[in-house]
Amino acid sequence: MSLAELICPAGTPAALRTAVDAGADAVYCGFQDATNARNFPGLNFTPDELAEAVIYAHRKGTKVLLALNTYPPAGKVDLWRQAADLGVRHGVDAFIVADMGVADYIARTHPGARLHLSVQAAASSPEAIRYYCENFGVRRVVLPRILTIPEIRQIRKEIPCEIETFIFGNHGLMVEGRCSLTNYLTGQSTNMDGVCSPASDVEYTRDADGTMSSRLAGFTIDRFGPEEMAGYPTICKGRYTAPNRPEGYYAFEEPVSLNLSRLLPDLIDAGVHAFKIEGRQRSKNYVRGVVTAFRQAVDDIRAGRAANIADLVALTEGQKQTQGAFETKKWR
Amino acid sequence: MPEPRLAAPAPTLAGKDAATPGIAGATPNGSGTVARLACLLVQPVLSRIVRRIAQRHTSLFARLGAHQRTDFLIDAVDMPFALHLRPDPQALIFRAVPRNAAPAAGAVIRGRFLLLLELVDSEEDGDAAFFSRDLEVSGDTEAVVRLRNALDDVEGSIAEETANMFGAPGRAVLARLRRGYATQSKGYPAR
Repeated sequence: MSLAELICPAGTPAALRTAVDAGADAVYCGFQDATNARNFPGLNFTPDELAEAVIYAHRKGTKVLLALNTYPPAGKVDLWRQAADLGVRHGVDAFIVADMGVADYIARTHPGARLHLSVQAAASSPEAIRYYCENFGVRRVVLPRILTIPEIRQIRKEIPCEIETFIFGNHGLMVEGRCSLTNYLTGQSTNMDGVCSPASDVEYTRDADGTMSSRLAGFTIDRFGPEEMAGYPTICKGRYTAPNRPEGYYAFEEPVSLNLSRLLPDLIDAGVHAFKIEGRQRSKNYVRGVVTAFRQAVDDIRAGRAANIADLVALTEGQKQTQGAFETKKWR
Repeated sequence: MPEPRLAAPAPTLAGKDAATPGIAGATPNGSGTVARLACLLVQPVLSRIVRRIAQRHTSLFARLGAHQRTDFLIDAVDMPFALHLRPDPQALIFRAVPRNAAPAAGAVIRGRFLLLLELVDSEEDGDAAFFSRDLEVSGDTEAVVRLRNALDDVEGSIAEETANMFGAPGRAVLARLRRGYATQSKGYPAR
């Protein structure tokens, strides 16, 4: 039976308290270093802040999941191991891991710890998921955002662990944990340094006519007209010219956010155990608005009522939303 | 941490024209006599506000890291002047400046005054305001991201703390500003 747990983002202690107070069943967060995939400037938790956050969350019956979802460079595993040890010491409820070495360390050193497989592991087949379950005791998989609901239903029948799916926020469709686009331009690795499009390499400029250009490491990756909605400065969501598309187009992805509010009953019926809201880099306002809306929706569905989700389009990237592959693989 | 101290104003770039508001419907200028007079009038208030905020929220400086020494130009496009912030706890600067006398800023944050006020309190989402083009940033993006994250970790309302410093009249002004913002605001509904 799906419990439809609501898994919510927190980039700061204040955001964590906001998520807890707004009704999160669990909050996920990370340390201020490369051990997690939102290693952004000024974001995340010190060990002391994590300890206080766990106390606050547990007092209100909310779990805390620690994201250790990046890949240690070869031979440099100490930072990840220390982070895992700290997480155990402070009483986090689960670790979200991607790297097999990190999973193996936690499974061997802290055998009671609960492991969730991050979307960064890009495990999308029953065979891949079962491998992590059998070898490291993974209890839940966060599925990549490339599967239809019938496919999720079928996977659920073939794996021995819970399923978590994203329901709102970034609509990342690259092979997660393998994307090297940022590394190609900036020299920093999304997967090992934990930062996609590092802010130190991002520049925005505005022309006299109101057109805004976004650049990464000196390369223009998009230009937005004066009245055009903007998106994040990531290479995968840039506009490019090609021989048959001289006007420029979104060659990989468009600036658009995932919003599965209308599909929640179908996901529950397919056996999805937990719903994840993306956005540790977002503000308390985003956390409060999105968590409150989905808390109400999930509670309505659990009570057998039709969910009446609040309009969240103003919080979406490019002010556009999609149900992506969850609805159909022809979504573009 | 030692008590935050106010610093002497930074030198300005003579003749630099920072009056380039890009938000639709904004009222530019802010470089004439009115602007200079307005700056003189609000400066004592700004100094008091920044001292109080810095004393009460010392943890925000840690999130700023090296950008404590970055000069931010906060350009409320519908105000007659811009604000210069250097969030260095050892030498705080928060002052009103005519746009043509603004310092060379490491980062510029531009939008309507009420939007900026709501962003400070996380009553609006900065990314959403950026997507909708109501908020513009330029210069050192990392500095802007650090400042945003530092402010977002502040518990409570900086605007309300500021209003409370001025008693009932301060609270009345804030309430009126927020009512005005709620009626102008678009997209995500105000709570």
